[in-house]
Amino acid sequence: MKEFDVLIIGGGPAGLAAAISAYDNGAKSVCIMERDNRLGGILNQCIHNGFGLTRFKESLAGPEYADRFVKQVETRNITVMLDTTVLSLSGEKTVTAISPDRGYFEVKAKAVVLAMGCRERSRGALNIAGARCAGIYSAGTAQKYVNVKGFMPGKRIVILGSGDIGLIMARRMTLEGAKVVAVCEIMPYSSGLRRNIVQCLDDFGIPLYLEHTITKIEGKDRVTGVVVSKVDENRRPIAGTELHFDCDTVLFSVGLIPENELTKNAEIPLAKNTRGAIVYQNRETLCSGVFACGNVLQVHDLVDFVSEESELAGRCAAEYAIKGISAKGGVNVVNGKNVTYVLPQKLDLDLQSNGLIKLYFRVSGAFRNCVIALSCGDKVIVQKQKKIAVPGEMETLVIPKDKLSLIDGDLTLTLEA
Amino acid sequence: MEVVNLTCVECPVGCSINVTVDGGKAIKVEGNGCIRGKLYAENEVVCPKRVVTSTVKTTDGRLLPVKTDIPVRKSAMFEVMGLINAVVVAPPVSVGDVLVDDIFEGAKLVATGNAPTK
Amino acid sequence: MYDIVVVGGGVIGGMILRELTRYRLNVCLVEKENDVCMGQSKANSGIVHAGFDAQVGTLKAKFNVLGNRMMPKVAKELGVKYVNNGSLVVAFSDEEVKTLEQLKQRGEQNGVEGLEIIDRQKLAQIEPNISGKAVGALLAKSGGIICPYELTIAAIGNAMDNGAHLETNFEVVKIEGEYPEYLLFAADGRQITAKAVVNCAGINSQKIANLVGDEYFTVGGRRGEYMLLDRESGDLVNHTLFFTPTKLGKGILVSKTVDGNVILGPTAEDVDFNDTSTTSQGLNSVAEKAKAMCDNVPFYNVITSFSGVRAYCDRHDFIIEQSPQKRGFFHVAGIESPGLTSAPAIAEYVVNELIGGLFELKPNQNFNPNREPDYFFKNLTAEEKNKLIKSNPAYGKIVCRCEQITEGEIIRALTVNPKATDVDGVKRRTRAGMGRCQGGFCQPYVAEIIAKELGVCLCDVTKSGGESKLLTGESK
Repeated sequence: MKEFDVLIIGGGPAGLAAAISAYDNGAKSVCIMERDNRLGGILNQCIHNGFGLTRFKESLAGPEYADRFVKQVETRNITVMLDTTVLSLSGEKTVTAISPDRGYFEVKAKAVVLAMGCRERSRGALNIAGARCAGIYSAGTAQKYVNVKGFMPGKRIVILGSGDIGLIMARRMTLEGAKVVAVCEIMPYSSGLRRNIVQCLDDFGIPLYLEHTITKIEGKDRVTGVVVSKVDENRRPIAGTELHFDCDTVLFSVGLIPENELTKNAEIPLAKNTRGAIVYQNRETLCSGVFACGNVLQVHDLVDFVSEESELAGRCAAEYAIKGISAKGGVNVVNGKNVTYVLPQKLDLDLQSNGLIKLYFRVSGAFRNCVIALSCGDKVIVQKQKKIAVPGEMETLVIPKDKLSLIDGDLTLTLEA
Repeated sequence: MEVVNLTCVECPVGCSINVTVDGGKAIKVEGNGCIRGKLYAENEVVCPKRVVTSTVKTTDGRLLPVKTDIPVRKSAMFEVMGLINAVVVAPPVSVGDVLVDDIFEGAKLVATGNAPTK
Repeated sequence: MYDIVVVGGGVIGGMILRELTRYRLNVCLVEKENDVCMGQSKANSGIVHAGFDAQVGTLKAKFNVLGNRMMPKVAKELGVKYVNNGSLVVAFSDEEVKTLEQLKQRGEQNGVEGLEIIDRQKLAQIEPNISGKAVGALLAKSGGIICPYELTIAAIGNAMDNGAHLETNFEVVKIEGEYPEYLLFAADGRQITAKAVVNCAGINSQKIANLVGDEYFTVGGRRGEYMLLDRESGDLVNHTLFFTPTKLGKGILVSKTVDGNVILGPTAEDVDFNDTSTTSQGLNSVAEKAKAMCDNVPFYNVITSFSGVRAYCDRHDFIIEQSPQKRGFFHVAGIESPGLTSAPAIAEYVVNELIGGLFELKPNQNFNPNREPDYFFKNLTAEEKNKLIKSNPAYGKIVCRCEQITEGEIIRALTVNPKATDVDGVKRRTRAGMGRCQGGFCQPYVAEIIAKELGVCLCDVTKSGGESKLLTGESK
């Protein structure tokens, strides 16, 4: 059986950054397994710009951003297995995979990095009533058809959900000649970035209906229209508020879910709120030597942060493979008032780590002039002011090194409005 | 004199910017987090511009992602799309290759993906 | 000219067609949709009923019990998954326990074996998530589950392998002639002649009967809405759980499926034919009833909801007979529940007793009762997998990641009987797109494989035939 120091599952932005970092931090044999026939993952279909502003100080299109990392992989001695789907992972870090060239095979690794990304929530998960005909797509599927395959999924579109992919697709479909008649969002605020509301909807005069949802999809062979209703504070449709839109297509942009089938089957504990693995600050899961990063761990807003997190995971995976550095024990970091999740969920304060500990979290509503605090019992460890905090934008909090000695128990992160 | 409120689209922060406009020009910009925001706001009140991203066909029937290298007039976006849609390129193409020197008012059309020879 | 033409490609038509191919008969099946199994056979509960529900002495009772006994063998021959998981009729009051006694008695009169009334303690033991309000249950050990579309497709495929013909998109709009020469006209002008006709048109069986002047029965449509839970929640229940029937109706069932999902439903609502849309009221009522049956129903794991329109008949029993005025024209109509379970027994009866009265049934020496399953790769050993990938690398490419379905299986579904020609057809045969992402990831790949295999443009690939094209044109 072939053996690698570090095996990376997934060749999207997370896997690419993790592989480069693992290699540069001393892992002698690094392998990426990617199910598609090229590296880059979802970035290949994200042809819009705006990627890389934090990392490269440039506004790149998705494939451009991916290309920078692919080129770095190509200049290193990293094994890339394309068209290769990983079917299972064992706690002993044996991976079973399949590909047309290699067949059904197993490899072993000292450290494994989970970088499988996420998938879209489907219409089925929302139980939206009505027809089940042609013309109903998740936004990402439509994006694939338009940007990669070169085909239009429809001409007159209603989009449910104002997540970034939905907003981006509203603009894409409009530029490609379709008419987007409405974007509906069940929440009182958009879950996408503010700039995308401006440049994807406002620029084209596409109306955004906040606190509205689709209550019925009509059509027999193909969608012919939708009924949209206003919702109350419990997000239940209000009778009598129905609006009707004629359309041939409905796109769903209703959330992303980390793709953790492999993780679950390997019995690696997941967090309920992120639906990703529970990890330490080095991104090691509770299964020693298995690391996770990128959208399989937590759904990020920006690929720049995926790369950053994955470099950390890649480096720590290399340190595990070479030096056996592994996180254990430690304290828990839990989400308190107004915070929906915080990551990492565990801190091993004895872990030799040469980076700052940065907490990533999301808040549960739209807040102005709020205070974010990390406390250990009655002690406030770190605190910061924030002008605006919304669920659609991931927040971070750095724990300065000199504050680490104050931590003597579990930590809670809260937001005071 | 009037004050225009804008959301900056330059980066994901999406700063809320107040621009004081006089005689069709920005005379004061407030709320921007960086210099890009100031430039964006000054431009936005005079002649809004956007980078256009799309795809073009290759001669062997693939799709290649492209963008304008600089923002083009927002009001002309559909015109620019028409021009982009007429472009067909022959592989091999690499990221960064200029496909059209002047697709619209001085903007170049640049490949953002690779189309190696099959 | 065919000896026999079967109208309707559901489970009844399919099983009858297969049964006919055991004999030296020239047979054809006509189906109005783009694929077989597009009516009630594709959207029902998939239960192999034990047979205690039907009234004593009815055709329903007779064929249910017979069909239940035949199903394991039929499923095995056809490469279809069947699980004898047993069913439970759950009582929530002493009153309902009395009803269980009646059901048990009725079942025994119908010839059902293995019926037992169990108390709360035993019930909670075998169904840990049962509602705290349940007081006991009737356990029917012979109850089982099967995938209804898998069975239907396999039966028709096997019949075709044994020489039967299939005409899809053949909506019968006119019938002329009489035995031994019936002439069937399709809406698009095609014609078929046959000596005899078997009407298995499901909710449309009254329409077909009317075409030959038979107006003595009425078939209506009743919609049932369902929700399906992710395989991850597959251990919610072990048996098929029914409510005890009351004057107010039968309630819904909660059951595992053969593919490891959990199915909740159906509702019962009289509707126009073909209205298979779901409603928020319907889905809410399924959810409420499921909560009454089980604790901890993981609704966050609903992966899809759907509905089927099932036929119901004013006779309240199966109609399986020759037309009173048209010799050689047979109605197999009003096949309500337990039609799926009864299908193999009905088929045997129709061929032996009805067709046999008109035709000499000479055995077809070449009849092969067996068919390979449509998806299977996942269940092979590592060695078998590698052998297959070596001979055909398409088996090494996973297309549907949720259900781990390979490109090889998808291509196969487009090439073996009955050939899939659309995305839903591939889905019903291979399960590609049936997992938790509901085709969000694999649909473009599946569509591309279909376009390539059929030699058409991607923008001409349909979801389920007709006007259901996935795409509206090229973007450039």
